[in-house]
Amino acid sequence: MSTLTTADRTVEAVPARAARRPLLRGERGRLASVGLHSLLAVFAFVAAFPVAWILYISLGAGKDDYLHPGRILGRVTLSNYDFVINHTGFGSWMLNSLIVGLGTMAVGVLISASAGYAVSRMRFPGHRQLMYTFLLTQMFPVAVLMVPLYKIMATLGLLDTYQGLILVYCTTAVPYSAWLLKGYFDTIPVEIDEAGRIDGLSPFGTFWRLIIPLAKPGLSVAAFYTFLTAWGEVAFASHFMLSADKYTLAVGIQTYISQYNSQWNYMAASAVLIALPAGVVFYLVQKHLVSGLTAGGTKG
Amino acid sequence: MTVAVQGRARKERRDREPRPGLIARLRRSYDQHWYAWVMCAPVVLVLAALVGYPLVQGVLLTFTNANSLNVGRTIGVNHIPDTYSWVGFKNYVDLITGPDNQLVPHFVWTIVWTAVCVVLTVGTGLGLAVLLNRRIRGRAVYRMLLVLPWAVPTFVTVFSWRLLLSDGGAVDGLLGLLHLPQPSWLSDPLAMKVAAILVNTWVGFPFMMLSFLGGLQSIPNELYEAAEMDGATPWQRFTQVTLPGLRPVSSTVMLLGIIWTFNQFNVIYLLFGSGGDDSVQILVTYAYQLFFGQMPQDYAGSAAVGVICLSILVVFTGFYRRWVARNGAAA
Repeated sequence: MSTLTTADRTVEAVPARAARRPLLRGERGRLASVGLHSLLAVFAFVAAFPVAWILYISLGAGKDDYLHPGRILGRVTLSNYDFVINHTGFGSWMLNSLIVGLGTMAVGVLISASAGYAVSRMRFPGHRQLMYTFLLTQMFPVAVLMVPLYKIMATLGLLDTYQGLILVYCTTAVPYSAWLLKGYFDTIPVEIDEAGRIDGLSPFGTFWRLIIPLAKPGLSVAAFYTFLTAWGEVAFASHFMLSADKYTLAVGIQTYISQYNSQWNYMAASAVLIALPAGVVFYLVQKHLVSGLTAGGTKG
Repeated sequence: MTVAVQGRARKERRDREPRPGLIARLRRSYDQHWYAWVMCAPVVLVLAALVGYPLVQGVLLTFTNANSLNVGRTIGVNHIPDTYSWVGFKNYVDLITGPDNQLVPHFVWTIVWTAVCVVLTVGTGLGLAVLLNRRIRGRAVYRMLLVLPWAVPTFVTVFSWRLLLSDGGAVDGLLGLLHLPQPSWLSDPLAMKVAAILVNTWVGFPFMMLSFLGGLQSIPNELYEAAEMDGATPWQRFTQVTLPGLRPVSSTVMLLGIIWTFNQFNVIYLLFGSGGDDSVQILVTYAYQLFFGQMPQDYAGSAAVGVICLSILVVFTGFYRRWVARNGAAA
């Protein structure tokens, strides 16, 4: 809460200065500017530091170097990366995670977009209940679903397969994406649909040819969200992917805490390698993030 | 705005709604809506098969004494059938009044955890969004850095925090420089709770910040100008213009924040594993511990804890939505 009060203090600094020289609207005194910048800088530092820290630790060769960060400075090395990439199953874990992540993204965005569009544009019986169900699925704890889900997957022969894991991730990622996209579709004027219909497009054609291209910001946020959900998930992955060659990164990494007797430096190096693709996806969609998220937020 | 357009379309369609007999109504409804249903079908199917059905099974499981020894499984070519039996409400009674009386302390801590975390993330997110919404040099850079905790997967960042918070780690080093006490963040019960809340706030604020930032940008500037003309102080402008303008965003985002924090599995599980003091486990991670942390794995007990979590959230959401609707109507 302290941020709130400080934020307002910087705001109040404006009229205080205004007494001396009238400031234009939206102009800021020098003091207020310094306050604003230093506040933001502190928070940005706190936000970025742990990420930078892990990057730094990953460059030290010793397994206790994280306790003596000074040591790393003198002998920066990439040996951890070399070991992780060439001497562990890292490559195949990465590949598995990519398959599952991208698969979840493709399937999840596609089905949540079509559902979101239907809810946004068509007043069909049951649309209200559907939205409420989406919200409800956000509340399911892993523990209730785990055993029954395991049994269903076993019956369907989906255990230890990419498709199975992708479907499971869709259940957690799709409801929120559909909500988000429904909100985004709401901001696209209905007149566009009507124009499309008049020109002879089917409802699905309207959706596919007109709305999807217009909704790119919203779609990219949904894509980002679904990808991250799949990329970072631990609990389901560690119980549904049984054979070592199907491990995703989140699971693979855990196997080597015990295997290598907690060699944190290897952990750090692989953590950095894991963060990279997520970072890439993130910066691809980041210019759309704000507009996409808000649209989702403004409409309950 | 666009919302108004949406409202108009909705009303027109409602006027057209047919009122003849049941069969005819169903047929017309089908003719009119089959596109919508087809478009929703994939989501509904996936959710019904992988959430609805397991949920029913899971709830049924809580009335049995299922554990890892008596649940049917396939080992190689041998199939072992289910051998668990019905026990009625025994699991729930045991949880609440049982010999180790685990549920109540975990429940209290879960409520405290959710309340504190949501207040902190929403507060920080809102504050930073207000700051970032000004015209300021380097805004893009600040935003990029501030979103990092969300952009990097949780198990990477939480791992980093684990190194930072470990005994003799960087946080202790910093506290030592300032001559402050250095609690053992990963084993002392109170320090663990503080650490968990701080790390979760760190992980959670960017989402709030971005949502509020979008909300702020949708508040028309004219409102601020009008308020200024009427002589409103900056604080009054914040409480009378900004906060009401954010209400549509904040009511949704806060509900999601509460649900997600209540069910926040990753942060606590990854930060402490199953080590450290037991009291830091919230209901969800406690259920997971019952599930995997012991032999034989107590499926029924863990599912019962899960069902309790779920019912708390469902009841809470019902009240919350009613409260939001009433406040919205009053405003």
